[in-house]
Amino acid sequence: MNTKDYIASGILELYIAGSLSEKENEEVHAAIQENPVLLAEVESIEKAIIQLTAATKKDASYSFENIKNKLKVDETKVISLAKPTSTWKQYVGWAAAFILGSTLILSVLQNNKLKEQLASENSEKEILEAQIDSASTNLASAEKLITIFRDKDIISIPLGGQAVSPTSYAKVYWDKKTNAIYLDAKGLPEPPKGKVYQVWSLTLDPLTPTSLGTLDSFTADTNKIFTITNANQSEAFGITLEPAGGSISPTLEQLYTLGAVSS
Amino acid sequence: MKDQSQLILQFQQKDVKAYEKLYNLYCDSISGVVYNIVKNNDVAQEITQDVFIKAWNKADTYSAKKGRFFTWLLNIARNAAIDYTRSKKFKQSKQNLNADFFVDILESSSSLDSETNTIGLKEFVTKLGEKCKSVIELLYFKGFTQKEASEELDIPLGTIKTRNRSCIGELRTMLGV
Repeated sequence: MNTKDYIASGILELYIAGSLSEKENEEVHAAIQENPVLLAEVESIEKAIIQLTAATKKDASYSFENIKNKLKVDETKVISLAKPTSTWKQYVGWAAAFILGSTLILSVLQNNKLKEQLASENSEKEILEAQIDSASTNLASAEKLITIFRDKDIISIPLGGQAVSPTSYAKVYWDKKTNAIYLDAKGLPEPPKGKVYQVWSLTLDPLTPTSLGTLDSFTADTNKIFTITNANQSEAFGITLEPAGGSISPTLEQLYTLGAVSS
Repeated sequence: MKDQSQLILQFQQKDVKAYEKLYNLYCDSISGVVYNIVKNNDVAQEITQDVFIKAWNKADTYSAKKGRFFTWLLNIARNAAIDYTRSKKFKQSKQNLNADFFVDILESSSSLDSETNTIGLKEFVTKLGEKCKSVIELLYFKGFTQKEASEELDIPLGTIKTRNRSCIGELRTMLGV
């Protein structure tokens, strides 16, 4: 924008009025620094406004003397108290700054600590939630087991330890209505590697074993309770240790537990 | 006006004599603006003095970058006067509130003692259109921004600028500045 247009825009009149933004003020200031024509224009506008506003005063001019005294009073005060106050004020100032600063740092540190705490508490919370979740699942399955064990129609058959492992034991809960047995095998030792327990249904006369399957998940299963389908007219149940994959007929030397159904 | 920037520099270094010169340049104008807002002689005098004491105390905050020294004083004055009008004291006094515009004050003015061309100004403002009166009142006496004035008068932002320019142009022709 050339000088003429700039003046014609009316921005300089607003500049004197103080109606421009801080940014615009700086721009006008820069422009009049460079251009004496603009500066002269600004000074003329200012002069006109000063005369206009001065004409609205009602009183005679106020004397500078009234103010001068107040300015001087201030000045002497500053001089007479200058040294002691300044050092004293300085110390207080520094102390205040130090306190403020350390408070600030402390609160920042504390804030960070709290944030960390919050984060770790959040992850703890997640872990707890997972535990509660699995606990309630466990509880549900435990409750299911209890209802099974309490059912009057379910026959319970204790299986005692045999020659190869006299301390072993197990228990079979047989629900004839649903043709299911629940085998509690907690009393069996961990099978050696490459071996697996195999569950047998037996009829005694003559002795006929029928495989009910292998306990492949024995090691992984925590409660060692296995649900197995059994539609046989079983007279006894036995568990043998067999090579992985199971056998067609039981290896009687590796018979761990055995129990007869009492009728 | 190299002298003036020199004076301002000295004032900022707490030179009382330099400040007296500045005071004499602007005191009438500042008291006129203050009076226009508070409409009371005693209060206007008190506030005008406060304005110049305040300016002295915060001399170091003035920067030519932010605007003219006169404009800086004008802002302090308008703020002080407007603060007063918001005070309890003013609300209780409720006096002389009938004269609303600088124009009314000028027309009723009896102060012919100053160097300013008051008689000429009187004639000028009576001839001024209403449009000019309100724009000058808001921008110079009340300290409205361009946007605030545009909203108050319900005219476009750009029109404020050009209208004000032509009004001040007329004033300058009349005053010969």
